[in-house]
Amino acid sequence: MIEILQKAAAQNGLVTAFAVVGLIVLLSGQISRRLTFGRVHGSAIAICIGLGLAYWGGTQTGGHKGLADMSLFGGIGLMGGAMLRDFAIVATAFEVQATEARKAGMIGVVSLLLGTVLPFIVGAGIAWSFGYSDAVSMTTIGAGAVTYIVGPVTGAAIGATPDVMALSIATGLVKAIIVMVGTPIAARFLALKTPRSAMVFGGLAGTVSGVSAGLAATDRKLVPYGALVATFHTGLGCLMGPSVLFLATKALVG
Amino acid sequence: MIIYGTALLAACHLLGIFLGDLLGQLLGVKTNVGGVGIAMLLLIFARLYMAKKELLPKLTELGVEYWGAMYIPVVVAMAAQQDMVAALRGGPVAVLSAFAAVGLCACVIAAINRTERTTVEAAPEPILHDNPLLADAE
Repeated sequence: MIEILQKAAAQNGLVTAFAVVGLIVLLSGQISRRLTFGRVHGSAIAICIGLGLAYWGGTQTGGHKGLADMSLFGGIGLMGGAMLRDFAIVATAFEVQATEARKAGMIGVVSLLLGTVLPFIVGAGIAWSFGYSDAVSMTTIGAGAVTYIVGPVTGAAIGATPDVMALSIATGLVKAIIVMVGTPIAARFLALKTPRSAMVFGGLAGTVSGVSAGLAATDRKLVPYGALVATFHTGLGCLMGPSVLFLATKALVG
Repeated sequence: MIIYGTALLAACHLLGIFLGDLLGQLLGVKTNVGGVGIAMLLLIFARLYMAKKELLPKLTELGVEYWGAMYIPVVVAMAAQQDMVAALRGGPVAVLSAFAAVGLCACVIAAINRTERTTVEAAPEPILHDNPLLADAE
């Protein structure tokens, strides 16, 4: 019996994923209503459950893709993979008011630049204080503090060692997780209320995954505005990391 | 036909990714530059244009809106496949630089957003779909 059920679930991966995620969302909606009386957004709880399951999956299989590495939940990998994620993000643009987006254009660009340079300086500085004092390692870890894609792309371009690359990816992952979980908590401090503020947030907080999940858990209406800016983050980072930022770091530490 | 909406979304998505890759190649980086952002802009313009020409019946819109509403579940699935173990094993350098970077950026976000004149424009409502089922789902 169980075996037949398992086979059915494993062979219909994406369908299983829909059912599992539906169950998680249902559960977190109940937790939100019953235990926190609506104070913590259901999506925030669902994302935390997802991250918890990812940790569990990672320890069970020793893989790098969380729950998606377990054959029974392989469909999670497709459902939450880059393809469907980007497809759904693009679809949210259907709700964007063009006038709002245009009003925040300039400030969006400024926050994108700040969002690349500031985390880089912080990351490279901390790497330096921990003894990673060569320009290549500093740049790679600093780039990881921008997003976990910018880190390895930069590292590969300038020839970083594998352990520094791993550290750089870990930095970006921790950052994405902090943004996912922390945004709803810090929403008031960040003054996240308007489309413009969401675009500033998208530019500065970086990482599409962090921004989109954080905004989803804060206010679903703000998602497209933040995502619109955040999607340029990785590209800008990959552009600046191995070039301007690496040369600047090299000039500083020799 | 509902597939027209989904096909429009898919066309914008693919064209955006293509243009992003092209931009990346022109700039000499090995990655996509803002492909998803470009796709979003294309979809915004397509909606404005088609709405003006009255080429956008409700059913076509639903083909896009369904995927917009699926957004949060997809994000939950995305969270469930993060490499949490690696993130936590990264040690103090990774945790410290991530926290410091996020902290600094949070302060800058707060500072910039506080300069926004909070006039009575009171969060302009985005064009929500008028399908009660979808609106409820969110």
